[in-house]
Amino acid sequence: MNKLFRELLPFGSLILVIAILSLWQPESFLTLDNFLNVLRRSSVYGIIALGMTFVIISGGIDLSVGSLLALCGMLAAGVMIGIGGQEPSSGVMILGTAIGLLAGAVGGALSGALITKLKLQPFIATLGTMSLYRGIALVMYDGQPINVASYRYLGEGSLLGIPVSVVLFVVVTVMSGAILHFTRFGRHVYAIGSNVQAAYHAGVKVDRSLIGVYLLGGLLTGLGAMIAMSRTVSAQPTAGVGAELDVIAAVVIGGASLSGGRGTVTGTIVGSLLISFLRNGCTLMGISTNAQLIVIGVVIVFAVALDQFTRRKASDAA
Amino acid sequence: MNLSFPMESSQFVIEMRGICKSFGSVKALEDVTLQVPQGTVHGLVGANGAGKSTLMKILAGLHRPDSGEIVRKGKICSWKNPSEAIASGVAMIYQELSLAPDLTVAENVWLGIEPSGRVCGTYSKKRMLEDTLALAEKHGFNLDPDQKVENLPASVCQIVEALKAIARNAEILVMDEPTSSCGEKEVAIILEMVRRLRGAGTTIIYISHRLEEVVEVAENITVLRDGRAVHTGPAKDLKIVDIVTHMVGRDVQHYFPKREVEIGSRVLRVSGLSSSSVRDIGFDLRRGEIVGVAGLVGAGRTELARVLCGLDEAICGSVELEGKEVMIENPADALSCGIMYVTEDRKRTGLFLDCPALWSMTLPCLAQLGMKYILKLDRENEIAEETAGKLSLKWLGPQAPANSLSGGNQQKLLLGRALIAQSLIWVLDEPTRGIDIAAKVDIYELIGRMVEKGKAILMISSELPELFGIADRILVMRRGRLVGNLVTSQTTQEAVMHLAAVDQERK
Repeated sequence: MNKLFRELLPFGSLILVIAILSLWQPESFLTLDNFLNVLRRSSVYGIIALGMTFVIISGGIDLSVGSLLALCGMLAAGVMIGIGGQEPSSGVMILGTAIGLLAGAVGGALSGALITKLKLQPFIATLGTMSLYRGIALVMYDGQPINVASYRYLGEGSLLGIPVSVVLFVVVTVMSGAILHFTRFGRHVYAIGSNVQAAYHAGVKVDRSLIGVYLLGGLLTGLGAMIAMSRTVSAQPTAGVGAELDVIAAVVIGGASLSGGRGTVTGTIVGSLLISFLRNGCTLMGISTNAQLIVIGVVIVFAVALDQFTRRKASDAA
Repeated sequence: MNLSFPMESSQFVIEMRGICKSFGSVKALEDVTLQVPQGTVHGLVGANGAGKSTLMKILAGLHRPDSGEIVRKGKICSWKNPSEAIASGVAMIYQELSLAPDLTVAENVWLGIEPSGRVCGTYSKKRMLEDTLALAEKHGFNLDPDQKVENLPASVCQIVEALKAIARNAEILVMDEPTSSCGEKEVAIILEMVRRLRGAGTTIIYISHRLEEVVEVAENITVLRDGRAVHTGPAKDLKIVDIVTHMVGRDVQHYFPKREVEIGSRVLRVSGLSSSSVRDIGFDLRRGEIVGVAGLVGAGRTELARVLCGLDEAICGSVELEGKEVMIENPADALSCGIMYVTEDRKRTGLFLDCPALWSMTLPCLAQLGMKYILKLDRENEIAEETAGKLSLKWLGPQAPANSLSGGNQQKLLLGRALIAQSLIWVLDEPTRGIDIAAKVDIYELIGRMVEKGKAILMISSELPELFGIADRILVMRRGRLVGNLVTSQTTQEAVMHLAAVDQERK
């Protein structure tokens, strides 16, 4: 009963928020356009949060995702403009996108390597890479953004009437869930987060798995970066400042534990959507972006406190 | 509640009478009496799990006895926590030292009771140093009170611990295995310290596995066995052999379902194997054979298993599996060689406590079950249920978290790994520790069935009756070396205990 309650809890709060907003602002909130808009807005951080879910379940944390988001965008845009000029061809844009994804994977793998090979704590290692990646992104073009006016497909395109970014969000969600719950790699991620010693004793190649986890997180950050860049048709070296906190918040609101071993893809999706709908609702109600921070902050603290509380109850009972 | 009424004056500085203590259904202590005269060293010995630590934890106020009383200065005491025991002058020095390595000797000695300085809220460093020096000199120790503890050898740390206790007016010191991590020279320093403390009027209860030490330093010795005090008497009347006999007891239990199994071909040959903790280990293991590993805590038994199973790095030596030399560098290598290690520390290195119970069982076997990349959850569930049946495992189902199972059933989860993987060599580290009798018998039977199928078992155990009950041969370890390789039917528990506990070179 308690367990059921806790698993439904994030859904409950999401449904509650949607219900309140629907009643309050039926004309502007409860429309297909608004919902697609919210989904499109949540797709970037949502996709990154899915990667972060793996990291957090493994007992780690990745503070560098915001910086990596900017770096991937700058590298991809730099390649597009550098090779294709101001009007790059689709071939060049695909190449640039590939570079952006690759940069994400490499950036994530580097964090993973620092954590496993140099035995740094994930917090420290990614605090370092956070600064490193941001620095590179800023130095590249002297802090100037790069405009790629023709890179519109990921941000504005649509498939069967559904925005491409939303389609990607759904695809990544399904794939993440499949990897986490139906592959040996996914099982190893949980095992490492639950008890890294026991996982090692059971023959799990802990270092290799962890590098895989951070690589996957970086790759999804790269994908998020491409969508973000396409939406604004420019790469900003200051993009994603503070993104890591929103992303971690989404994962944690979804019921994941920062001490590892617990978390789900559905939880993360609910967490991401909850934050997006809250933002959306606040905007519709005319609450300023500054005041929105207060609402988000209260929700995060409340959600995590509740999580800790139910966890303590559960361990008392055992 | 502090019961106190006058009693007839006693010649004992501390007396424990009729102490009983149970943990759940396990009786740790039964009617134990311990009387210590003022200013003496009292040796407390017994095999692993005999109840020494429990008895001393009661004395130090960490546990409360179920019945029985502690008499101190003619008063019956009931301590709720260690600080009350310390206030009564009883202090315990634990195996794991509790000093702060970054602080100096003086800072450690006066930690929490620092002499206050002139300004409120400050302390006088000068007075602290002087007091430490005075205290050390009074007890005949020569040490620099301003040195950081992390730079000190283990034996000097013991001295600091003792000073710390004395600074809190301790009159009775309980020392739990003070020499367990020491070399010969340091042992000599500690024994000298014990004598000096006694000379200054302190009473000491001295726990050690090293019998020769105890005989050397103690006036009186109490031997515990299975939670009972089986012998108390002056040390000078006791030979080490007598102590060993008391520790083992004459009545060997023999309810063990040992099966007669034909010993087959050799599957494992270990020679010259060394790691940072074990040296020059060599032995054979054959199909259908159960080989026990005996030794005291810290003798290197678990470390032997660790190096064999790829958890510790082998410095030199070779491991041959069915005649072929193999390199085992990590646990995954061991698994693919058919060697399954079942840990002694289930909670820390075995189980995924808050995950579904079947994960703890199947995790090392997934690749072998054809789930190298993609899991087949239904099949996994089926296999887990089937294995649970073979183990008579009681659980709420494969998806219930592992921490909802009892200790015995948690152990069966881990043993299930070897069943599923059909491992050729099972390395079991204390497989029956802390589990109930019924589960123990299940595990003995499982081991019996497996050797019938031609598996080979290497079983570490601190319970000699258990090893004598089921093992074909017994390897004895002491201080990182193999000191005996005995055929069970041709040896005695006394002989094994003697090899394990007595330092041949020193005697």
